[in-house]
Amino acid sequence: MHITSPVRTPLVTGGKTYADVTEDICRHVEGKPTKEWKVAFTISLLVLLYGAACVAWTWWEGLGVWGLNKTVGWAWDITNFVWWVGIGHAGTLISAVLLLFRQKWRTSINRAAEAMTIFAVLCAASFIVMHMGRPWLAYWALPLPNTFGSLWVNFNSPLVWDVFAISTYFSVSCLFWFVGLVPDLATIRDRAKNKVSKYIYGALSLGWNGSAKAWARYEYISLILAGLSTPLVLSVHTIVSMDFATSVIPGWHTTIFPPYFVAGAIFSGFAMVQTLMLVTRVVYKLEDYITLEHIESMNKIITLTGSIVGVAYLTEFFIAWYSGVEYETYAFVNRATGPYWWAYWAMMTCNVISPQLFWSRSIRRSVKWTFFISIIVNIGMWFERFVIIVTSLHRDYIPSSWAMFSPTMFDIGDYIFSFGFFFTCFFLFSKYLPVINMAEVKAIVKSSSEKLPKKVSGVAKGERVSAPTFNKDAQ
Amino acid sequence: MAESTGKFLVGVYDDDDVILEAVGKVKQAGVKIHEVYSPFAIHGMDVAIGHPRTRIGIAAFMFGVTGLACGLALILWTMGFDWPMIIGGKDPISFPNYVPVLFEMTVLFTAFGMTFTFFISNGFGPTVKPLLFDPRCTDNKFVMAIDLSKNKLSEAEIATVLKSSGAEEVSVKQV
Repeated sequence: MHITSPVRTPLVTGGKTYADVTEDICRHVEGKPTKEWKVAFTISLLVLLYGAACVAWTWWEGLGVWGLNKTVGWAWDITNFVWWVGIGHAGTLISAVLLLFRQKWRTSINRAAEAMTIFAVLCAASFIVMHMGRPWLAYWALPLPNTFGSLWVNFNSPLVWDVFAISTYFSVSCLFWFVGLVPDLATIRDRAKNKVSKYIYGALSLGWNGSAKAWARYEYISLILAGLSTPLVLSVHTIVSMDFATSVIPGWHTTIFPPYFVAGAIFSGFAMVQTLMLVTRVVYKLEDYITLEHIESMNKIITLTGSIVGVAYLTEFFIAWYSGVEYETYAFVNRATGPYWWAYWAMMTCNVISPQLFWSRSIRRSVKWTFFISIIVNIGMWFERFVIIVTSLHRDYIPSSWAMFSPTMFDIGDYIFSFGFFFTCFFLFSKYLPVINMAEVKAIVKSSSEKLPKKVSGVAKGERVSAPTFNKDAQ
Repeated sequence: MAESTGKFLVGVYDDDDVILEAVGKVKQAGVKIHEVYSPFAIHGMDVAIGHPRTRIGIAAFMFGVTGLACGLALILWTMGFDWPMIIGGKDPISFPNYVPVLFEMTVLFTAFGMTFTFFISNGFGPTVKPLLFDPRCTDNKFVMAIDLSKNKLSEAEIATVLKSSGAEEVSVKQV
C-alpha cells in the first residue's frame, strides 16, 4: 500500500464502495443491449460489410483498382497501416509503461485502451495483407522451410522484422489483456444468473477464485509482462519506421525516424483513446471512474508527445537543409511548398498547433475541447504518414516520371473497411466484456477515493495526516 | 482448482486492511491459514500468510533464454548455413541486423511461456470448476479459509479467533 496524500485529487469519485464498482461495471455486461448500442452496432456492421465488399473486389481484381501508379507505389495502404499501428501504441503505453511508473490513473482506462490496441493492430495487419495483393500467399513472409521454395526470408530486411514485431506485439498484447480480464470474468461468472453466460464466463475465467497465491503470481507476471511490453512497443514502431529509414529515398532516409515515429504513435494513440473513452464514459455513465483528472492526464501526454513530434518535424527540415544534399533538401521543400502543400500544412496545424491549446487548463479539462482536438490530432497523424509516404515518392529523380496520387473508391473503401472492423469489434467488446478493470480499480478505491471510510483511515476527508493508520508502510 | 478437500472454516471479512491485520492475529493465535481469497490483489498478503515466494520469474527467464536460442538457431542456420546470402556487401552472418528478430523472439517466448506457467501453476483451465468458499470473494468480500484437519484447535476455538479478528461471518464448509 502506498502513502497517498489526502490532498491528492481522487481518481474514483462518488464515494464508491467495492460492491458499487462491481455493480456499475457489470451492469452493462449483464443487461440486454440498449437501443443505442444496437443502432451503433448495426451501423458499424454495415460499414464493415461495405468495406469487406471493397476489399473482396480489391483482391479479386488486383491492386490495379487502387490509385497507385509507377511513381507512387505506396500510398493509402501503408499510410493506413502505420496510422493504425500507431493508434495501437497507446493501449500498451497505458497498461505497461504507466504500470511501471506506478501511475494509478491507468486503472480506469487500461482495459479499453488495450482492447483498442488489439483491434487497431488487426486493422493495421489487414492493410499489410491487402497490399500483398495475393493474400493467399501471405505465409511467404514467414520463415518457412525450403520445401516452399529455395530461399529463406531475409532476416536483414526491416519488412521481415515487421512481420516478427507486429505478430509478437499482437499476441503479447492479447495475452496481457486476457490475463487482466481473468479476475473480472470470474466476477461476472459468480454473478451470472443464466446458464449460458455462467458457462461462457466460467470457461473464460479458467477457474479463477482470487486466492492470495494466484494474486501474488498475477501481480508478478503483470509486472514482467509490463516490463516486456515496454521495450516491445518501442521496438514495434521503431521497426515500422525502419521500413522507411533503411531505404535510400530522400525524405525517408532519416535517422530521426524511430523516436519520431514512436512519439507520433503515442500521440495519435492517446487521441484515439480520448475519442473512444469520452463517448464510453457518457454512454455507460462512468463519469465517476473516468474523471476529468484522467482526461487531463491524457491531454498532458498528448501535449508532450505532440511537442516531440513538432520538434521532429522542424529537426527533419533543418537536417535536410544542413546535410547539403540537394535531393534531400528538395524533398522537404517540395513537401511544404509543392503540389501537396495542403497535406503538409494540414499535418502541421493538426499535430503541432492544436495540442498546444492544452497548455490552457480550462481547455484540457474541457470534455468538448478534448473530443474535438482528439479527432483533429488523428486526422493530422493520418496526414503525417500520407505526407511522409506520398510526397516523398511522387517526385523522384527523373522529372518525366513525376506524378500525383489520387485515391479511387477502393482506396477509400478499403480504409472504410478498417473503420467498420474496428468499431464492430469495439462495440462487441464494450457490450460483452467489462470496459473497466474492476479488480484494479477496487485496489485503488480506498487510497484515492474522495471518501475514505473513516473507520479505516481514522481521519475525515480533508484532514491532513502524516501517517494514515490504514497505511501499513508508514507504521 | 485442484486443492485439498475436507472440512473448512470460512471467515468472511468486509475490508482488505482488516483481513490483512486479521491474518497476523489469526496466525498469532496458532491457527494455520489455508488461503485467503480477495476480489483484488492485497499487497503483502502472500507474505503475511507465509506462502513461499513465487518462482514464476525464474521460469520467465528460462523461456526468454529459450526464445533467444531458438531465434539465434533459426537465423544462423537459414542466413549463414542453409542458403548463405550476401546482402548489401555484408557477411552472410551480420549480427546487428538480427537484433530486432532476436529481441522479438525472446519477448514472444517469455510472454507465452510465463503466462502458460501462470495458468498451469494455478491449475487453470476452461473446464475447471473454481473452488469458491464464498462466491462474494470475487465481488466485495474477503474470505479466509482454515483447513480444520490441519489445525489442532477445535472448530469453536478457531471460530472465536476469527470473530475477534474482525470476521463478519464464520461458517463451516465441506469441500
